[in-house]
Amino acid sequence: MWDWSFTIAILPELLKALKITLSATVVAYFLACVLGLLIAMVKRTTWKLVVYAVSGVVEFIRSTPILAQLYFVFYVFPKFGLTLTPFVAGVLTIGVHYSTYLSEVYRAGIDAVPVGQWEAASVLNFSRARIWLTIIIPQAIPPIVPVLGNYLIALLKETPLLSAITLVEVLETAKIIGDNSFRYLEPITLVGLIFLVLSYLLSLLVQQIHAKLS
Amino acid sequence: MEKQNDAVKGRPIVRYHKIAKVFGDQQVLTDIDLDIFPGEKVALIGPSGSGKTTLGRLLVTLERPTSGTIEVNGELLWHKSVNGQLLPADEKHLRRVRGQIGLVFQQFNLFPHMSILQNVMEAPVHVLGMSKGEAKEQATAMLNKVGLGHKLESYPRQLSGGQQQRVAIARALVMRPKVMVFDEVTSALDPEMVGEVLAVLKEIAAEGNMTMLLITHEMAFAREVADRVIFMDGKIVEQGSPNDIFVNPQNPRTNAFLSRFRQA
Repeated sequence: MWDWSFTIAILPELLKALKITLSATVVAYFLACVLGLLIAMVKRTTWKLVVYAVSGVVEFIRSTPILAQLYFVFYVFPKFGLTLTPFVAGVLTIGVHYSTYLSEVYRAGIDAVPVGQWEAASVLNFSRARIWLTIIIPQAIPPIVPVLGNYLIALLKETPLLSAITLVEVLETAKIIGDNSFRYLEPITLVGLIFLVLSYLLSLLVQQIHAKLS
Repeated sequence: MEKQNDAVKGRPIVRYHKIAKVFGDQQVLTDIDLDIFPGEKVALIGPSGSGKTTLGRLLVTLERPTSGTIEVNGELLWHKSVNGQLLPADEKHLRRVRGQIGLVFQQFNLFPHMSILQNVMEAPVHVLGMSKGEAKEQATAMLNKVGLGHKLESYPRQLSGGQQQRVAIARALVMRPKVMVFDEVTSALDPEMVGEVLAVLKEIAAEGNMTMLLITHEMAFAREVADRVIFMDGKIVEQGSPNDIFVNPQNPRTNAFLSRFRQA
């Protein structure tokens, strides 16, 4: 039933599509990490109005499906004059969506830094920016690395959604191979295995980073 | 102990005027008027919850007074005077004025992710704009002074409580503040480590020119080091020379408070 020569024949095409999956994951995750931290920081300021506004937007994004957001950004934004390529629309949507999750993870890490650290830094007259950069963030992040890592793996597995906005990533490639050859077993199984291996490798990487930081 | 009047001269470096502080429905400070003069060593004593720590924290802007004003070196700390009206000061003003004050915490609050040397170097580099080489030199000298020159590369968790507190003192001193607040700096220490920290404080006091506000439960230490002792309990109950307060207190509450220490 399993055709090895077919498997080997389709492997290069799948690996090529994997590049799209991986680059979308890396870019979206980077965006999520940076934006998530900024959201967590803004939510700790005393600018009440900004905090309410950001909290509202975060709640909205977190409570609606990524797929709906992908359609909206890709198909509706052009009506307002903003036309994005599938890749840019995809990483932007997934990155922003995940930043709302990560902002909560950062919040937990920041809350865990004792108040005495803020006070000591403030008494030494550090600027707000310097307190964040030098005192708080370096202490807030190491304990949350495992959770941040889980979201990286979750985000990786979310990337097949990008096929809905015409981005041909690895799973869509497998489906196209199946459509053309009437053989779905090998391509779909391979994609499953690829995700399994990637997720496992990423979890090892996260463990390494966590061990190194703590 | 007849030294109390030497330092009390000139314009006050710190002036609390009609300070009140309320937390929720609790009034912790009432009508505090207090002048501290350059080079003076003032000991604040009193029971727990008497507002001594709050008084110190107001001076480094960790707490905001409910009413009243504080001046540092002739300049309002929490307010800006615009056309005779007092307006709340902005962050820039607060940073500039509070830069003259240092504070050492009961709980040390060292930065756990930095070496001892980094702990002491960080503020001179980023706040005073010192070069790294210069900051390293000064930080090392200050750590030598508190007897920890051999621990530069250690991390806070590798040190005893007494050693950590001495690092915290060096970290505050290296900023060359005009006034230092020591907020119960021996209260979190094991008894055998209290002496090494007090010895450092005595050495700083003996140099003379540093203005020190010593919030403390160490009565023998207060008596030895202070020019003036203030007994407070929500407000200033009594103040005077160490002799006045410890030998011959006038107020029955001061007497009741001190009697517990006399028995010990």
